[in-house]
Amino acid sequence: MSKIFKFKNDVDTDQIIASQYLLLPNIDEMKGHAFESLDESFAGAVRPGDIIVAGENFGCGSSREQAPSVLKALGVKAIIAGSFARIFYRNSINIGLPVLVCKELAENVTAGDEAELDLGEGTVTVNGKTYTCTKLPPYMQTILNAGGLIAFLNKDE
Amino acid sequence: MGMTIAEKIVARAAGVNEVHAGEIHTVTLDRMMSNDGTTHLTIDMYHNKLNHPHIADPGKVVFIVDHNIPAENPKTAAVHKKMREFSKEHGIKMYEGKGVCHQIMVEDYVCPGELIFGADSHTCSYGALGAFGTGVGCTDFLYGMVTGESWVMVPETLRFNLHGKLREGVYPRDLILTIIGDIGANGANYKCMEFAGDGAHALSVNDRFVLCNLAVEAGAKTGIVEPDEKVAAYVEAHGRKAEHMFVSDPDAKFTKVYEYDLDKIEPVVARPDFVDDVLPLRELLAGDEVKIDEAFLGSCNNGRIDELRVAAHMLKGKKVHPDVRFIVAPASNAVYLEALKEGIIDTLLEAGAMVMNCNCSVCWGSCQGVIGENEVLISTGTRNFKGRAGHKTSKVYLASAATVTASAIAGRITGAENLD
Repeated sequence: MSKIFKFKNDVDTDQIIASQYLLLPNIDEMKGHAFESLDESFAGAVRPGDIIVAGENFGCGSSREQAPSVLKALGVKAIIAGSFARIFYRNSINIGLPVLVCKELAENVTAGDEAELDLGEGTVTVNGKTYTCTKLPPYMQTILNAGGLIAFLNKDE
Repeated sequence: MGMTIAEKIVARAAGVNEVHAGEIHTVTLDRMMSNDGTTHLTIDMYHNKLNHPHIADPGKVVFIVDHNIPAENPKTAAVHKKMREFSKEHGIKMYEGKGVCHQIMVEDYVCPGELIFGADSHTCSYGALGAFGTGVGCTDFLYGMVTGESWVMVPETLRFNLHGKLREGVYPRDLILTIIGDIGANGANYKCMEFAGDGAHALSVNDRFVLCNLAVEAGAKTGIVEPDEKVAAYVEAHGRKAEHMFVSDPDAKFTKVYEYDLDKIEPVVARPDFVDDVLPLRELLAGDEVKIDEAFLGSCNNGRIDELRVAAHMLKGKKVHPDVRFIVAPASNAVYLEALKEGIIDTLLEAGAMVMNCNCSVCWGSCQGVIGENEVLISTGTRNFKGRAGHKTSKVYLASAATVTASAIAGRITGAENLD
């Protein structure tokens, strides 16, 4: 089971990882600062396999790939939002972090709820109700299945 | 079926006659730019993750150090050093301290009709010259650098027909903030914002840069102003050729068409913490006074000679308010030199402003001019997200160079027409 961490609409990448940490040498040094401005306890509380549920336009703003990377490094299994800003969406797939679109999930669940995620089916079950997420375009699904764009590239060569 | 500008550019880059929104195509990238915000991670992945590391065409790749220049601590210095060594080893052109990345790209590289990936969200600026620039992360950048190619989903286009002229004291920055306020922070998500009409053609290349640069704040993949003779003249004056001046076909499909009468636009501000929380300046002024601690003039959006002229004109014979730090960062050394020639820097310094070297400065919140707990900044930067310019309790208002300068003089948010 995955524990849900919940965020609102228009969460920008500055909130996911602030500018002042972007030039640290690597993702491991950055990840403890994830969501620092919105929820100081997040980085310490999130466990591998947990998921993030959010409203519309998740990941708007900067193209910093550090944003999905710190979440993946903390063990976040997937992000399910009403919609994603396009660069964040593409970056997440490129690094092999599943991002799923589900309009009604955020309004029906609360932080701390337990979720059962089926990535193959693209479904998530919370409090006895199963929600179906929008499928990725096949090309993007292929990249995600490969484990991200670099794995996809290495396989190709 | 006809094609939009964005579709024509993608078709050219894909080597096919026709593409349409929603299709995914493999494209050859015309150019790639990466700055010190993420390049160290790209270089690490190049060394550690690739089976066969190589670079398809180093001549198409540009590294620009602009976010934290000069380095403020040893970790940043290490990032810059890594970029320097990698660029030397692979024959990649690198700029340090010459200006903000997008300003350098427009001055020295971008040509109409090109498809450009930049590891920075404001790469959408290149539509000022009729190019398709879009922001990517470092993995996408690495893939493009290694293969020379990438994939794009052809975006739908929102067409903005601009009519007439902006009134005196109203600037393109007021226009684009107004549009973002109207359509929302995801109003153009995944889409191209195309600007055309007599009002667009009346705008200078600088003013088009202001419009396209903020397209990403509405979620757009890119923003493009229909190129014309002003674009050709700019490109040729900078030693390049304008070969692909694409305009949309009469029967091109636009997802939505917006009409804007420019003489109805008025000065606006975007309130903290969202770029689309826009309201007319007069409405803000009708409420409680907003005292400011800092004012910033600069960034890839609004740090060019046009904006510096506006500030200098207003500051002549006046002083920055004693409780305000007024920080100015010209967008490039070319801009800085022109400002020196025109006496603008003298005026700014005499008025009490701090003039910094050309970099991202206050706009990105990690370089200089960081604001403290509960402090208030008014800025010509690109974003006003929570904590964007410093402490998480600090607040950022976005406005035009005129409103920012007027506020720096008054010590509170005010409009240029309210100064004595």
